[in-house]
Amino acid sequence: MGIETALPTDVMLTTQLQRVINWSRRSSIWPLPFATACCGIELMATACSRFDLARFGAEVMRFSPRQSDLLIVAGRVGIKMLPVLQRMYEQMTEPKWVISMGACASTGGVFDTYATVQGCDQFIPVDVYIPGCPPRPEMLIEGVMAIQRIIDEDRIPPKGPDGKRVPLGIAVSPNYTPKPQPVGLTVGS
Amino acid sequence: MAAPTDATAPIDHPALARVKEAFRDRRLRATQFRGQVTLIVEPADLHPIMQFLRDDAACTYNFLSDVTAVDYLHYPQEMPGRFAVVYNLLSHDRDDRLIVKTFLDPSIPTDGTEADPALFVDSVTDIWPGAEWTEREVFDMFGIRFRNHPDLRRILTWEDYPAHPLRKDYPLRGRGERESYRVLDRTSS
Repeated sequence: MGIETALPTDVMLTTQLQRVINWSRRSSIWPLPFATACCGIELMATACSRFDLARFGAEVMRFSPRQSDLLIVAGRVGIKMLPVLQRMYEQMTEPKWVISMGACASTGGVFDTYATVQGCDQFIPVDVYIPGCPPRPEMLIEGVMAIQRIIDEDRIPPKGPDGKRVPLGIAVSPNYTPKPQPVGLTVGS
Repeated sequence: MAAPTDATAPIDHPALARVKEAFRDRRLRATQFRGQVTLIVEPADLHPIMQFLRDDAACTYNFLSDVTAVDYLHYPQEMPGRFAVVYNLLSHDRDDRLIVKTFLDPSIPTDGTEADPALFVDSVTDIWPGAEWTEREVFDMFGIRFRNHPDLRRILTWEDYPAHPLRKDYPLRGRGERESYRVLDRTSS
């Protein structure tokens, strides 16, 4: 952590038990990769050394739902796969969180057909949506950090002025300005 | 690749001459497109002709690349029947492909899954064992059944799926199959 080097060795810190629990949970998220399409490739890249999800304590990919506490739905969910996804969500132990990664998991994407579920949030609870097709690893890390901020607030009394929760302000605004559309064709006659 | 020929030119293919010689009294038709020859046979003649195409010394189509089907509903051109079962044959010895088609017309409405006595063809699994799964896929997607198939079950959709989804009268977005699941919320698991 680094904090122990700045403090005397016999120091004592006081805090709330819930904050210690939240701190340990947020620092050791064990994701369950439900990778069914190309988002899973970005998910693998995120865990590898260039992007290094281990910096956020979330590098231990668990392939058993009983050992994991973050379900990352990465890719389109077929109609035959949805009962499997629901079963895996049910088998995860509390507390648990869900990330819907990419356009297909969140909305069905371009696969508007009889065989594809139009957004896994219709059938399981989702905490964080990550846009993109597929999202870049930075975007997934942003989503994991959003999950960490959600865990930070877990069972902590609301801090807002009117006794309500302060919005997490997680939504990331785009860092570009869309050009006006439609544009004229530059090919053909 | 042979040069494109006009539609009235005689189709010169050695296997067609052999088939015509061996099956003189059967109704045989053929088409050609960009050097690719298609033989169209009656459904009742399919099995003996396929057996001949594999065993005849001048044909030797020892490999069945694919079995698929086409639904010609709303096709802009007049076709010999609504459904076509398409067999893609390959001879490794002569490096030659031949497409064999047979046309079927349904006798009952095609929006259900009940067995239509007009949509039956003989299975070729006894000639090429690899046809087993491709014929199951044709059955699953088009509802065309194969006599003497060892294990004619659905292969992609589940057992009680209420339609054959690649028929053209089946809506692209399905009839609610992708919405009919239980919904998990945060308290139900």
